[in-house]
Amino acid sequence: MEPISGLAALLSSSVKIALVFSGVMLVVAYTTLAERRVSAFIQDRIGPNRVGPFGLLQPIADGIKNLLKEETSPAAASRTFFILGPILAMVPAMVTFAVIPFAAPLPTPWGVVDMIVADVPIGILYILAFSSLGVYGVVLGGWASNNKYAFLGALRASAQMVSYEVALGLSLIAVFMLAGSVTLTEMVWQQQQLDLWFAFPLSLAFLLFVISAFAETNRLPFDMPEAESELVTGYHTEYSAMKFSMFFIAEYSHMLTASALMATLFLGGWDIPFATWDDAFWYEGVLIRGFGPDGVPLAASPAWWKTLFTLGVFALKTGFFLVFFIWVRWTLPRFRYDQVMQLGWKVMLPTSLAYIMVMAASMLILDQVGVAYGFAYGLALTGVSLVCTLLFIFYLDDDRIMKGAGARQAASDPVPTEGGD
Amino acid sequence: MSGSYAPLLILLGVSVANAIGMVVVSHILNPRRPTPQKDMPYESGMIPLGDTRARFSVKFYMVAISFIVFDLEAVFLIPWAVEMRELGWSAFAAVSMFVVVLAVGLLYEWKKGGLEWD
Repeated sequence: MEPISGLAALLSSSVKIALVFSGVMLVVAYTTLAERRVSAFIQDRIGPNRVGPFGLLQPIADGIKNLLKEETSPAAASRTFFILGPILAMVPAMVTFAVIPFAAPLPTPWGVVDMIVADVPIGILYILAFSSLGVYGVVLGGWASNNKYAFLGALRASAQMVSYEVALGLSLIAVFMLAGSVTLTEMVWQQQQLDLWFAFPLSLAFLLFVISAFAETNRLPFDMPEAESELVTGYHTEYSAMKFSMFFIAEYSHMLTASALMATLFLGGWDIPFATWDDAFWYEGVLIRGFGPDGVPLAASPAWWKTLFTLGVFALKTGFFLVFFIWVRWTLPRFRYDQVMQLGWKVMLPTSLAYIMVMAASMLILDQVGVAYGFAYGLALTGVSLVCTLLFIFYLDDDRIMKGAGARQAASDPVPTEGGD
Repeated sequence: MSGSYAPLLILLGVSVANAIGMVVVSHILNPRRPTPQKDMPYESGMIPLGDTRARFSVKFYMVAISFIVFDLEAVFLIPWAVEMRELGWSAFAAVSMFVVVLAVGLLYEWKKGGLEWD
């Protein structure tokens, strides 16, 4: 099987761009509906169910409404930046999905097509670079609105996103060490080779990444930039109609990218668990599914149904994280701002630095001892990570939850002493 | 295999065109009946008081400066991380020194109260 080339490659690229772009838009639209339905379920309400069956046409109705609605533009706002804000917020959010592989390679009569828009060598660094550009849109929009709430929201957003980006970047270092690469296709492949998803050998990195991802997407419990109870709606207070929905599309597509990233980096991406028939990777120009006992590469046989299955598995993993985002939003209360900054700088940053050094030392020791890269290697790292994660959780918990309500009750009101007066 | 960057540029173009298109189409389609009240900044229904471009806490600048230092640290760690297992212990020792120096910097900032937020 040859990789696709020439005119066919150009065509397949265009088709993939169109599919991914409209796919992201569609998932974003339906995530807004899911958010409302899930929140309704959690709060024992019904939620939007009038437009179409089960309210399935609600996002379309919302889109049309936002297009036709009157838009207010405050007289005091800086017009150019006021318009530039939502554009700058939305563009980086829409392009980041491009380097995430979403299924096994698809065989066509013209060659094998990789199920990824662009498998560039910088891989995840592209996502890090572009997703951090999103903060410009938020700050610019909030500043240009010339509204105090919007300004405060924008300031908070910038400080918060910047703080958690450090922890996000550092939690990824551990992944880079284990995968030995920054491209996401290679990471999926390494997880197939390890027979273990990175969520296990790098459990603390996974935890830190999830926390930072919530902060980066400005979702509860980190939605300080939008904190309704103090800042109305934060940085987009002055925005209405289409510009308002552009900020929302940006937020939800950031959520989608973050979910897809968590699935790819830590849950094996499109890899089907407990199966090796789906594994595929370009190795020296041929598609292989692994190495034999004597180091000979075994050829992979891509098929359309394998692509379909792996796409389904990828959608399932990403969907799980999307629902998790919504679930957490309607479960946890909001942090206070000083707590957000404290968690970012005093907890996440030192923890991720220490974790990098511990994992680097463990991997070097394992290499020194001569453990081959494989399941045993992953299992040893899982043990080390588990200890780190438990220490981290015990430190964060600070006897609040794990001690138990009974123990706390006993400590706060002492047992009434008998025989008193 | 590692492909070209062309699809990324095309996607970027599509996204920019889409975003600008959304703004333009809604601008054409929506009605505009501005009134002085509508154009006022929203301040919970009150007449806005004071200047919005007021001074704000210096803490935000502290965060920005700390961010540059520690995000650069992450960037410096990435090339080492990718080749970590090949480079072995000598590189590990060098990186340890680098991380310790920055950790001492973090500790200094911490003890000086640079990370406090109140």
